[in-house]
Amino acid sequence: MSARRRRRAATEPEEEEEEEEEGAGSDKEVDLEERLHELDLRGDSDIPDVPPPTDSTPEILKKALSGLSARWKNWWIRGILSLAMISGFFLIIYLGSFMLMLLVLSIQVKCYHEIITIGYRVYHSYDLPWFRSLSWYFLLCVNYFFYGETVADYFATFVQRREQLQFLIRYHRFISFALYLTGFCMFVLSLVKKHYRLQFYMFAWTHVTLLITVTQSHLVIQNLFEGMIWFLVPISSVICNDITAYIFGFFFGRTPLIKLSPKKTWEGFIGGFFSTVVFGFIFSYFLAQHQYFVCPVEYNSETNRFVTECEPSELFQMKKYSVPPLLQAVLGWETVNMYPFQLHSFALSTFASLIGPFGGFFASGFKRAFKIKDFADTIPGHGGIMDRFDCQYLMATFVHVYITSFIRGPNPSKLLKQLLILQPEQQLSVYKTLKSHLIEKGILQPSLRG
Amino acid sequence: GPAGTPGRGHSPSAPESESENRLDGETASDSESKSEFGGSSPVPTSDDTPEVLNRALSNLSSRWKNWWVRGILTLAMITFFFIIIYLGPMVLMTIVMCVQIKCFHEIITIGYNVYHSYDLPWFRTLSWHLQLYFLLCVNYFFYGETVTDYFFTLVQREEPLRILSKYHRFISFALYLTGFCMFVLSLVKKHYRLQFYMFGWTHVTLLIVVTQSHLIIHNLFEGMIWFIVPISCVICNDIMAYMFGFFFGRTPLIKLSPKKTWEGFIGGFFSTVLFGLLVSVHGSRAGPEGALCVFVQRTVRMYPFQIHSIALSTFASLIGPFGGFFASGFKRAFKIKDFANTIPGHGGIMDRFDCQYLMATFVNVYIASFIRGPNPSKLIQQFLTLRPEQQLHIFNTLKAHLVDRGVLASLEDA
Repeated sequence: MSARRRRRAATEPEEEEEEEEEGAGSDKEVDLEERLHELDLRGDSDIPDVPPPTDSTPEILKKALSGLSARWKNWWIRGILSLAMISGFFLIIYLGSFMLMLLVLSIQVKCYHEIITIGYRVYHSYDLPWFRSLSWYFLLCVNYFFYGETVADYFATFVQRREQLQFLIRYHRFISFALYLTGFCMFVLSLVKKHYRLQFYMFAWTHVTLLITVTQSHLVIQNLFEGMIWFLVPISSVICNDITAYIFGFFFGRTPLIKLSPKKTWEGFIGGFFSTVVFGFIFSYFLAQHQYFVCPVEYNSETNRFVTECEPSELFQMKKYSVPPLLQAVLGWETVNMYPFQLHSFALSTFASLIGPFGGFFASGFKRAFKIKDFADTIPGHGGIMDRFDCQYLMATFVHVYITSFIRGPNPSKLLKQLLILQPEQQLSVYKTLKSHLIEKGILQPSLRG
Repeated sequence: GPAGTPGRGHSPSAPESESENRLDGETASDSESKSEFGGSSPVPTSDDTPEVLNRALSNLSSRWKNWWVRGILTLAMITFFFIIIYLGPMVLMTIVMCVQIKCFHEIITIGYNVYHSYDLPWFRTLSWHLQLYFLLCVNYFFYGETVTDYFFTLVQREEPLRILSKYHRFISFALYLTGFCMFVLSLVKKHYRLQFYMFGWTHVTLLIVVTQSHLIIHNLFEGMIWFIVPISCVICNDIMAYMFGFFFGRTPLIKLSPKKTWEGFIGGFFSTVLFGLLVSVHGSRAGPEGALCVFVQRTVRMYPFQIHSIALSTFASLIGPFGGFFASGFKRAFKIKDFANTIPGHGGIMDRFDCQYLMATFVNVYIASFIRGPNPSKLIQQFLTLRPEQQLHIFNTLKAHLVDRGVLASLEDA
C-alpha cells in the first residue's frame, strides 16, 4: 500500500491537477489511472489472478459421475464434451452449407466477445462510456464489409434482380468505409479526459481482435464455398492432431517440447504429425467420392437454395500415379490409384501438425501474459470457444492462401461481372484480345461463330 | 543510474512477493520514470533548430521566434513537396516509402518509451529485429501486389519475377508465418505481457502506417492529381484553419485540442473547398483562364474532376481533422508532447501526417467506388488462367452482351 502512495506522490503535476479538479467523487477514476500506471510499469508477476471460472458442468453429468475421483471425473467430462462437439459438428455438416455459415458466424461472434471481455477485465474498463457499444458497432461494420464482398461474388444472380441490392453492391466499399468512419469519429468524440489511455488500449484491442477473429472466419467461409472438403479436411486435421498428440503424449510422452506449454512433448508432437497425415489422407479419400463435399457451393436462384452439384474437377478424379522407386520396395506396388486432392491433403495436414500448434502456443502465451486460465468457461472441461479454436485460425488463412495460389483460378462470375462494367471501347478491345487468344489455343474455331 | 543494469531482466523464478519484484528491471524503471515524468514528456526534447536559424532569430522574443521557426519550416516543407512532384512518380514513391518507415519508427519508439523497455536491452534488440522483419514482410506483400498489377508485362517476361508473382501471396504468408513463429519461440517467462503488448502495438502500427502509405501509392498510380489534390487540401486546411483561428477564433471546438476553434474549422472548410477547385482547374489543364470561366458565365463550365475535388476537399476539412484529434488524444493518453522532434517547431513526421492517413484511405475508396472501373489488362490476365470451358462461357456471354448493346455487329467482328 505504501508503495502505491509513493508512486502517487511522484506522478505528474498534470495528473494531480486532474485529481484536484474532480473532487471527492473522483476516487474511482483516479484509481483507474493509477492502476493503469501500475499495470504498465510492473512486471508480469504481480497482476492478480482473474477469479477462476465458475463450474458450468450440467447437473446431470455431475450426478452421474459423483462416484469417481476428481481426476477421472475431469477426464470423463472432457471426453463426453469432446464427443458432443464432434457429433454436433457432423450434424451441422449434414444440415448443409447455410447452417455451416451460420455456425461459423456465431463462433466468430462468441470468440470476439470472449477476447473483448478479457480486455475489459484486464483494464477494468467496464465503466468506460460508449465502449461496449462501439466494440459491437465495429464488429458489425467489419462483418458487413466482408459479407457484402462475399454476397456480391457468390450471389450474383440473386443480386441482379433486386434494385436496392444493386445500389448497395455497387457502392459497397464506400458505404462500409463511411460506416467505419462514423465509428471512428464517435470514438474520437467519446474520448474522456481521465481515461485516454484506457480508451486507446481498448480501441487497439478491439481492432486486433477484429483482425484475428473476423477476417479469419470469413476466410473459413470462402474456403467453404470452394467446396466443403476444403472446410472439413483442415478443421478435422487440426482436431485430429490435438487428440492424437494428446494420446501419444499420454502414453509415450517424455521430452518437453516448449517451455510455454509444459504438457506438450516431442513424442506427442511427432506422433500427432504422422497420425494426422495418415488421417488426412484416408479422410480425403472418402470425402472426394461425394459431390456434396467436392463441389463449389452455389446459390440457385430458382430454388433459393444452396446447391452442390457439378462436374467434379480433375482434383477429384482418380488418377494413376507411379510410385517412386524408394516406396516401391516398401509397398510392393508399381502404381497407385488416388485422387490428386490427397496429395494436397498432405500439405494441409502437415501444416496442421507442424505450424498449427504455434497458434496454440500463441494463445497459451497470451493466457499467461494476462493471467487467465481459460478464455471463458463456455464449454465445461474445455474452457471457452477460443480455447478450442486457437489453432484453427492459422489453418484457415493457410488454406485460403493455398487455394488461391495453387488451386483456384479467379472466380469466373466475378470476372464476368467486372467485364460487364467496363466501358464499351474497353469491352471491345478485351473481346478482340480474348478472341485471338481462344482461336490461338484452338478452343474457338475461326470459321464457326462460336 | 537504474537503467541498463544487465541481468535484471533475468531474475530467477523466486517466490513472487512484492519485495522480490522490486529487483526486476520494471520497478527500477519506475524510479527512473519519476524523474522523467517530472517534465511533460518522457524523453526530453532537444532543440533541433539549426544554428543558423538560432543566430538569425536570437534577438526576437521566444514567442515570435517560435512562430518564425514554424513558418520557415512550413515553407521549406512545401517547397520540398513541389520539388519532388517535379521530380516525378518514382521519386514520390521513394519519398512515401521513407515517410512510412520514419512514421513506423516514431510510433514504435513511443511504444518502447511507454513500456520502459529500454531497461531490457536484449528485449529491445530482439523485438526491434522482429518489428523490422514484420515491416519488411508487409511491405513486400503490398509492393508485390502493386508491381504485379501495374508492371504486368515486365513481370511476365522475367522468369524469376513471374514465379514470384504467381505465388506471391503464398510467399508473403510464409514469410509472415516465420515471423509469427519466431515471436512465439522468443517468448520469455517473466515478460509475456510486455512482449504481447509490443506485438499488438507493432501490428496496429503496421495496419495504420503501412497499408495507408500503399493506398497513397495506388492513388498516385491513378494519376498525380489524385495524389496532389488530397494532400494539398489537407495542408491547406491545416494552415487556413490556423489562420482563421488566429484572427477570428473564439468558440472552442473540442476539449481534446483546446487550440482549435469553430471559426477556424468553418473558415478552413470554405477556404479548402475553394482552394481545391482552383488547384483542380490548374491540374486538369494548365491555364488561369479556366478559373475565370467559372465565375464569368452563368452556366458553369467545369472539369468533371472539379466536382470530385469538392468531395475531396470537404472530406479533408470535415473528417480529416478527426485524424488530428485521434493523434492528439493518443499523445495525451501516452503523455507525450510530440511524436518525435524530427522537424524543428513541428515535431515528428507523424505530427504532420496524422490527418493525411484518413484522407489517403478515403481517396482510394472514392476512386474504387466512383471513378475507376476494373483494370482491363488485369482482367485479361485473370481470364488467361481460367479453364477452357470457363473461358468459352465468358467469351460467349461477353459477345452476346456486346451484340445486345450494338457495339458489335452480330455477324462480323471489327
